[in-house]
Amino acid sequence: MAATDVIVNDETGVGEINKYDFRTETHSVFKARKGLDEDIVRQISALKNEPKWMLDFRLHALKVFFSKPMPKWGGEINLDFQDIYYYIKPTEQQGRTWDDVPSEIKDTFEKLGIPEAERKYLAGVKAQFESEVIYGSLKEDLAEKGVIFTDTDTAVREYPELLREHFGKIIPTEDNKFAALNSAVWSGGSFIYVPKGVKIDFPLQAYFRINEENMGQFERTLIIVDEGAQVHYVEGCTAPMYTSESLHSAVVEVIVKRNGRCRYTTIQNWANNIYNLVTKRAYAYGDAVMEWVDGNLGSQLTMKYPAVHMMEPGARGEILSIAFANKGQHQDAGAKLVHQAPNTTGQIISKSISKNGGRASYRGLARVDKGAVGSKCSVVCDALILDDASRSDTYPYIEVLEQDVSIGHEASVSRIGEEQLFYLTSRGMSEAEASTMIVNGFIEPLVKELPMEYAVELNRLIQLQMEGSVG
Amino acid sequence: MSETLEIIDLFVEVEGKPILRGVTLTIRRGETHALMGPNGSGKSTLGLVLMGHPKYTVTSGDILLNGQSILEASPDERARAGLFLAFQRPVAIPGVKMADFLRHAATNVRNPERKEGEDLMPMKEFRQELRAKMAQLKMDPDFARRYVNDGFSGGEMKRAEILQLAMLQPKFAILDETDSGLDADAVRLASQSIAEIGGAKMGLLIITHHDKLLEHNPPQYTHVIMGGRIVETGGRELADELHRNGYQRIRDEHPEAAAMNDTNTKPEAVTA
Repeated sequence: MAATDVIVNDETGVGEINKYDFRTETHSVFKARKGLDEDIVRQISALKNEPKWMLDFRLHALKVFFSKPMPKWGGEINLDFQDIYYYIKPTEQQGRTWDDVPSEIKDTFEKLGIPEAERKYLAGVKAQFESEVIYGSLKEDLAEKGVIFTDTDTAVREYPELLREHFGKIIPTEDNKFAALNSAVWSGGSFIYVPKGVKIDFPLQAYFRINEENMGQFERTLIIVDEGAQVHYVEGCTAPMYTSESLHSAVVEVIVKRNGRCRYTTIQNWANNIYNLVTKRAYAYGDAVMEWVDGNLGSQLTMKYPAVHMMEPGARGEILSIAFANKGQHQDAGAKLVHQAPNTTGQIISKSISKNGGRASYRGLARVDKGAVGSKCSVVCDALILDDASRSDTYPYIEVLEQDVSIGHEASVSRIGEEQLFYLTSRGMSEAEASTMIVNGFIEPLVKELPMEYAVELNRLIQLQMEGSVG
Repeated sequence: MSETLEIIDLFVEVEGKPILRGVTLTIRRGETHALMGPNGSGKSTLGLVLMGHPKYTVTSGDILLNGQSILEASPDERARAGLFLAFQRPVAIPGVKMADFLRHAATNVRNPERKEGEDLMPMKEFRQELRAKMAQLKMDPDFARRYVNDGFSGGEMKRAEILQLAMLQPKFAILDETDSGLDADAVRLASQSIAEIGGAKMGLLIITHHDKLLEHNPPQYTHVIMGGRIVETGGRELADELHRNGYQRIRDEHPEAAAMNDTNTKPEAVTA
């Protein structure tokens, strides 16, 4: 039977149809009741057939979640935690091939263009539809090399020791209220292990998608890059629009061992009503390199500060962050660098754009611990404000506990200049096209770091954000 | 009927201050006009007004392109109608590659009905053409990958403007001091380039202080602007004379315009 599409948020019928603004009707097999308590957590764990240690982990996290106050900084969070579904399992089993995937779910993915993407150079696709990874594939040669790329639920069953050794170690349950929430009710997410010396030259990719009203999505990702190994993980998120709040609260932990290298790329385009509260942190050991590339579009409020802790000498952390805040959106995004060992190098480049009353805040930490001599840390954040109604703030926190270090911080705020617009329009470009070009140019230093198809997608998403903007 | 750009008794203000005080000038396609004048005479203003800069207000007079007024047209509409201004000081657009910029510009100018988001001209065709034009102008192919005017030397900026002129092939082009900041060899190359890319087929208004740029683009008319008005029009020989002797004779013959011009160059001296 064909799936039915309901175009939401098209009251007037004249607005352009956002490519990502559709909803597919699904038949959930199991949906826990709304709300959060010990019973729900026990139910989730039982449905997943989890070992006792994981149930205990969840129950402890639930207590921590309830005991912690809401953060008093960042953005305003108006959420009723008892009015959210914490677990929905869309299909009985995880599909092994594309043919096994139910048609209405497939339909959603087809609209997102995943099959085309897969035909190209994808190493493997993990597509998260609601709470469970339902479809995945991994090239055989990677499996032969011992690379593990699976969903985290499967990893709990199939790789218990490896997972337990690192799970919740980088981001402990007590870290913050939302990390505790995720720890209590997490579901899905990716688990990646790259063995010693194995270098994966093409990006591993995952798509995430929320598709049930009032449903939180709490994926949990753990990436372990062993000594001298290399991986690039790409995560793209799009969500359809709904009328009441939705919550996305992920935890991503990354360990990069000696001489290893990991790049984690995220492009997010959440619907305007979603709270996106994510904790991402990596530990980089001796001479290892960790890079976060983080693009945030959409959502009502995003609070996300990918972190790199440089644990041993020679470690390097690089964070590139793009935020686009449109009408009714608050992007409180940034990055953290923590130098915990000598001769470590960190760099943050942040670019934010605010438009139509949107608010973009850069919030970042640069910390050099005692003993981290010879470390270098550089922070550059640039903001572009498109109109008088929009806002940009910078909250840089710098803590330096060592003398012999080099710290740089540069910040700039600019507006689209009349002269730039005139120059471009005098070459035949409409004002809207010219503004889009200036914005794309502004973020180009980050876009060129993305794989080609993501760069194209990001440019297209920005074009959608820019359309009809200039009057 | 030949194509014309007509400037009719044009008065222009910027922030309430009059700059042009009745400029009248007609350029037919295929003609080359030189526009000379001391600093503050209104040369650059004329170029910017013709292109539709929002800072300048036309208080009276008209600008006609092939008989149609373009006063209400936006800069992009003017560009699509066949007007071009080579900027004296082009602005940088960081992060935007010359090639992307030129592909958008060329597509819009060649297909004036194009709406935003519609297809650009085919990449292959565009690339071939761009490469050929850059070779003709003796430009390094790497130039296409640089960001528009970002970190360009004075000479590179001017060459980039000529490259745009070559790609867009307008009906009428205003070249605002395309020779300033260039050494003698670079000016000669610029002059040659303008001729080679078919400047003679366009209607050219060349704003310059020197005669070198005119070497390969001999003007049929030379106009002298002073105090916001064209005070004298002659042939090629007038350009040569001004280059040799400066503006003193003109000043002596038009003391009122000269006084007006001096007021324009000293904005702090203007009293209400």
